[in-house]
Amino acid sequence: MSFLELINIRKSFGATAAVEHFNLQAEKGEFISFLGSSGCGKTTTLRMIAGFEQPTEGEIRVGGVNITNQPPNRRQIGMVFQSYALFPNMTVADNIGFGLRVVGKPATKIRSRVEEMLHLVDLPALGRRYPHQLSGGQQQRVALARALAIEPRLLLLDEPLSALDAKIRISLRNELRAIQQRLGITTIYVTHDQEEALSLSDRIVVMSKGRIEQIGTPFEIYNYPSTSFVASFVGTLNILSAKVINADKGELEIAGHHVYTAEPLNHHSGVDISVAVRPENLEIGSNLVESHNTIPVSINQVSFLGAVVRVRLQLADKTLEMDIFNSRHLKLPEVGTEIQVSFPKEACLVLKGS
Amino acid sequence: MKKQRFWPIMMILLGAIYFLLPLFATFEFSLRERRGEYSFDSYNYVLSDPQFRDSFVYSVALALATIVVSLILIVPTAFWVHLKLPQLRPVIEFITLLPFVIPPIVLVFGLIRIYSRPPIVLVSTPALLVAGYVVLSFPYMYRAVDTGLRAIDVRSLTEAAQSLGASWLTILFRVIFPNLRVSLLNGAFLTFAIVLGEFTMATMLNWPTFGPYLALIGQNRAYEPAALAIISFGLTWICIGLIQLLSRGSQEQGQLAGTR
Repeated sequence: MSFLELINIRKSFGATAAVEHFNLQAEKGEFISFLGSSGCGKTTTLRMIAGFEQPTEGEIRVGGVNITNQPPNRRQIGMVFQSYALFPNMTVADNIGFGLRVVGKPATKIRSRVEEMLHLVDLPALGRRYPHQLSGGQQQRVALARALAIEPRLLLLDEPLSALDAKIRISLRNELRAIQQRLGITTIYVTHDQEEALSLSDRIVVMSKGRIEQIGTPFEIYNYPSTSFVASFVGTLNILSAKVINADKGELEIAGHHVYTAEPLNHHSGVDISVAVRPENLEIGSNLVESHNTIPVSINQVSFLGAVVRVRLQLADKTLEMDIFNSRHLKLPEVGTEIQVSFPKEACLVLKGS
Repeated sequence: MKKQRFWPIMMILLGAIYFLLPLFATFEFSLRERRGEYSFDSYNYVLSDPQFRDSFVYSVALALATIVVSLILIVPTAFWVHLKLPQLRPVIEFITLLPFVIPPIVLVFGLIRIYSRPPIVLVSTPALLVAGYVVLSFPYMYRAVDTGLRAIDVRSLTEAAQSLGASWLTILFRVIFPNLRVSLLNGAFLTFAIVLGEFTMATMLNWPTFGPYLALIGQNRAYEPAALAIISFGLTWICIGLIQLLSRGSQEQGQLAGTR
């Protein structure tokens, strides 16, 4: 039996279904991200788990107990909001201790727990400050400490880092993950930032238009996307149109060149489909091996991004992107030259719904 | 350079004269009680008049009662409408603006009619006057509270408190009220000013408040009304000064949040 179960959840506002057919089984201690663009229903689902929205249909169970009709203040769930929602009239220490004061814990216990939390989020000296005296990153840490102080069974985070600048976002998310793993607390993390989701999660739920597109580990989502939405939403993709020549052999024709997929195709010959290749799967040079495809391209542009060098290529009327790792001895051909690039057959993803 | 500052300074000067000249004239008039020389005789008369003291204290007591009742009525209502029933907001706003549309004399006649016979007889208690004053304070109190609620992202604060296990009462008293301190003070002081100066209802219901006293003095004495006008101004300035003082502490505690 899983720790958190969402069973056939549907949420409709009037005639529109904001979330439907949502099924999830989460184990204790798992870090699960809900990933998708705005309006996909990820925040609505999170709020249903928290109790701020009622599902139109379906059940939510925590530890085997049905909590669908429980009010939010009885669910023992810690929540961190995008806007931090710290109480402006209270000090940091009072904010963190709020949940404990509400249930009437003795003052000495509250004080020691607040100290413990302040150390956990690495803000030991800031107990007496007010929220407006802290930076964004510090405020978010206080919000986290406040949510964890009540020893919740679940931790819910609603895009907690989107208001912070890039560097702080990266360091704070790593700290968050470290704390989560240390405490072993089941966590649901809502984000539209795929890098966050990929780097933090045990599993990712990719959502679009109120439905789950795919649930899987970051590795699975990225390398084996099950729908074209997942393939194009997570990471960059080069999408090409191809014509099926021989379905059994996986033979395709792209801009006059023959290309092979690793698996036989589910389509009839002569049909046009879309295929995709990740930029990092392309390499320079014609790899005349059985497992690789080779196509001739010309170089449009070379962008140096630091660790990665992004090369824009032209294949007939299509532009492709190729990512190569930087190296001090890297010598790239000039813009305008014609070169050969190759990619493994498995890297040729057939996009569903094409 | 100098020419650019001429007109703004001119405007300020003209505006100041427009407002300050009548005030100065009133003050000067109030000093003319004693023939031939300036004196504070009119002020002495007013301040040593037992009726002044009694009616003023009585009005202050009524004002405080009005403020308390109004707060208890308006704050939870505004909070609930803001959070759960935003579609009711236009209705509530319309209701709270009615005192501007319906003259107090209509209101007081209505009150007398309804509450002067069984089952509920209230005309013989000052509670009826307080009730009328609470209605008069609606527009100011509601607007002040509503503005305050908008500024503090009530929804997130409430939900945060709920997720930490707080009941509605706890949320109202530990989270909402403290963060609305400045708005509540604003509403309270406006209500105070209205109740103190109110005349129609107090006269019709026959209670010895400050408003009728002002009118009485105006009918019988010449210089004392001017003195009273200056004293009223002074009181108003003190009230506003207090609001400024008390709100300075929480000026930084305004909106602090990430993006929404």
